[in-house]
Amino acid sequence: MATARNPAELIRPLITPEGVDLRVKLADAGTRASAFLLDVVIIVAAAIAVTLVVIFGLGGLGVKEAEPLFIVWIIFIFLLRNVYFIAFEAGRRAATPGKRIVGVRVASRSGAGLTIDQVIARNLMREIEVFLPLSIIAARGGAGVADTLSTVFGLVWALLFSLFLLFNRDRLRIGDLLAGTWVVETPKFKLVEDLSQRKDPVDKRFHFSPEQLDAYGIAELHKLEEVLRRDDYSAMKAVAEIIGRKIGAKVEPFDSKAFLTAYYGDLRAHLERKLLLGNRKADKHAR
Amino acid sequence: MTLPAGTDAVRQSLASFRHEREADWKAFEALLARVENRAPRTLSEDELLSLPLLYRSALSSLSVARATSLDSALIAYLEALSLRGYFYLYGARRSLRQRVGDFFLRDWPAAIRDLWRETWVSVGLTVIGAIAGYWLVASDKRWYDAIIAPSLAGGRNPDSSAEVLRSVLYDGGSSHFLSGFAAYLFTHNTQVAILAFALGFVFAVPSVLIILMNGCMLGALFQVYAAKGLGLELGGWLSIHGTTELFAIALAGAAGMRIGTRIAFPGELTRMAAAAQAGRVAATVMVGVMMMLLFAGLLEGIGRQTITSDAARYAIGGGMLALWIAYFYLFRMVRHGNG
Repeated sequence: MATARNPAELIRPLITPEGVDLRVKLADAGTRASAFLLDVVIIVAAAIAVTLVVIFGLGGLGVKEAEPLFIVWIIFIFLLRNVYFIAFEAGRRAATPGKRIVGVRVASRSGAGLTIDQVIARNLMREIEVFLPLSIIAARGGAGVADTLSTVFGLVWALLFSLFLLFNRDRLRIGDLLAGTWVVETPKFKLVEDLSQRKDPVDKRFHFSPEQLDAYGIAELHKLEEVLRRDDYSAMKAVAEIIGRKIGAKVEPFDSKAFLTAYYGDLRAHLERKLLLGNRKADKHAR
Repeated sequence: MTLPAGTDAVRQSLASFRHEREADWKAFEALLARVENRAPRTLSEDELLSLPLLYRSALSSLSVARATSLDSALIAYLEALSLRGYFYLYGARRSLRQRVGDFFLRDWPAAIRDLWRETWVSVGLTVIGAIAGYWLVASDKRWYDAIIAPSLAGGRNPDSSAEVLRSVLYDGGSSHFLSGFAAYLFTHNTQVAILAFALGFVFAVPSVLIILMNGCMLGALFQVYAAKGLGLELGGWLSIHGTTELFAIALAGAAGMRIGTRIAFPGELTRMAAAAQAGRVAATVMVGVMMMLLFAGLLEGIGRQTITSDAARYAIGGGMLALWIAYFYLFRMVRHGNG
């Protein structure tokens, strides 16, 4: 089974017509499941709300007068389930409210715009993947004819189809497979400050020799950036100790942040200079 | 100063790169947030024109940043911004109304014409199923219960008297229960249609079985009535909505078969690409099928119990069938004739 231990496994190239690779990240199975569950909660809540309104609003009506509304209700519940996904995914955001909350959207695997027939195809398949076996079980249970065998069969069916996306590299449901779509993450990042521009009065005290700056590469730089942005005192203290030991510098614990900021700034400028000269030093092992 | 010369200059130029472009990124972000929430027409003309320019500027910033900067937060920001812009600018290019209009004028009939071969097979299977069902029930009436679920039979079975059978066909103008039954049948038939479509990917075998079974039910019911001399009347009762409904189910089966056969015999494409291509045609057909079934449900709920003359029933049923066939298969020629 393909598990996504390594996040890079879920990154796929997406070349825009301008020739830039945007490197989309596919949504992992857990994200997909939580989005789907959120949608189910919304649909069920809407169905219950409408049903309650209908029951209370029509309390005065007799059975005969209420009959046509009963038909409307049956059709409404059916349409709610079927139209909800299609209408939202055909919209501008290409995502249902559940998908929007967890930050994913549907996209065409070819990179072209998502067409309405793709959205329809992937959502009609959901009917058979999940809703149909479950509603058959519910109907049989309601009629009192549910036996263990058919219930187990229905559940296994639904599980097998829901778990289908775990068994392929691109996290495709059967519906995605037929529609030529996949589900990608649409992260929203704020533009944050550039750490190397941070002015710290203390870090003027720190100066590093080229040998000290050669100790690390880009991978370590990015880790250091993470630590600095998280701004956690004990983590910074530990990292400052390790770096100090490696490059042979004495660091007082209360100076950790200033030391790391100064080292980050100088290391980045050093590596960026190398980058301009054509040497991308991937990590500390690279020359 | 022990640092190599130029380090500070690199730092300065990268800072000014960000400083100079930052306003563009912010403007693009704000504009995207607006167009994602509201219709594009709320933008002024200038803003609309600036959208692709800002998008390209963000893309070029991304390329520069990837090549020269090691600020991973900045690159992540630019990647996310460019992706949002890409999806917006290269996403749905037409408004929903245009797409719906296109669907009815072009996509739907074209998809159904595309499936003509499968449709013939599907209709043929229904006929074969009907003949088999008729023959089975005629040879042994116990087959009837096996073919038609008691909950769908509605009290009609080979042992019913002619009066009971006749009453189902002509009574019920006042009965509200039957209109609820029509709605139930609508959802039931839709599920049969979805099943016939969606199970198609297993090399079309389940689709074929479902269509055969549907034909069987028809034949079995017909035999019960024909045995009591009510065959013509049942034909009228069924045809008022049945022509639409059976046609829809046949199309759903055809859609399922298309997917199954394309997966089994993908031709020059890869199996995945062939499945995706067939899936999209089939899905377009299926939305139309849903609408046909809704229409059939309406005809059934309103027309079946209120119109009790056989001639009128046959006329409506035949008319509907002619209408569908003209719309799907003949409409194209008219349009070609007009250029």
